[in-house]
Amino acid sequence: MSKNKTTIVAEPGKQEAFIIREFEAPRELVYKAFTDPKLLPRWLGPCDMKTKIDVLEPGHGGRWRFIHTKDGHEFGFHGVCHEATAPERLIRTFEFEGLPERGHVVLETAIFEALPGDRTKVTIQSVFRSVQDRDGMIMSGMEKGVVESHEKLDELFEKELQLK
Amino acid sequence: MHTRRDVFQAIADPTRREIINLIAYQSLNLNAIAENFNVSRPAISQHIKVLTECGLIIIKKQGRERYCEVRLQQLNEVSEWIERYRRLWDEQFEALDEVLEELKAREKKKKKRK
Repeated sequence: MSKNKTTIVAEPGKQEAFIIREFEAPRELVYKAFTDPKLLPRWLGPCDMKTKIDVLEPGHGGRWRFIHTKDGHEFGFHGVCHEATAPERLIRTFEFEGLPERGHVVLETAIFEALPGDRTKVTIQSVFRSVQDRDGMIMSGMEKGVVESHEKLDELFEKELQLK
Repeated sequence: MHTRRDVFQAIADPTRREIINLIAYQSLNLNAIAENFNVSRPAISQHIKVLTECGLIIIKKQGRERYCEVRLQQLNEVSEWIERYRRLWDEQFEALDEVLEELKAREKKKKKRK
């Protein structure tokens, strides 16, 4: 377990969400890990899925497309790089191909801040087209843990019943 | 005010979770929702009633049709939902930590050689 905790900021009723995390590495390296096609598949995507880089054109205007695979199912994501300013800023669009309709595009900005002691703070801001889109995205993170959460709910209800 | 348990109960049922997922991106009417499930229309109706009572969805009238729209603000109060999303990223970032340690070690070696 890392001592650096991931923070999610998603205020109710807003179209944006922030993912914030610090890393024990200088920002040149962190930026590299976010942009290098060899390094990306090693950490990007849920740990029970395989990540394949389909397209990753470097720099401004470049197209990108990643595929997560699990049990033969493919989940595609794609977008365009709006800005790649090493080592401080990445701006891109993001769209999940598995949605019922097209056009639910997210604008993502990743800021890499150098901290003392060769550390780096990464802030990823995602701006969605609607509050519904944002909440849907956050919920999709839930899919994976549905069984696990179910068990937790069971425990919770157990406890509440006992209290009565 | 709805109690915390209300929302938990609402999402504890897999069909209700599926209904929320289904209309998270587009409002649908009752028939359209029911078409996606192998349960009776009255059963879906009942689930929607529970979801409405918890404030997770609202019914909007458009002409003769009644559309179900998701109101997920309630869920933001249930930190569990965001927590799961957070953990998903946490996992990835821990993998990234490992990649970074490797890169750091490689850089050190390079410097030594110089």
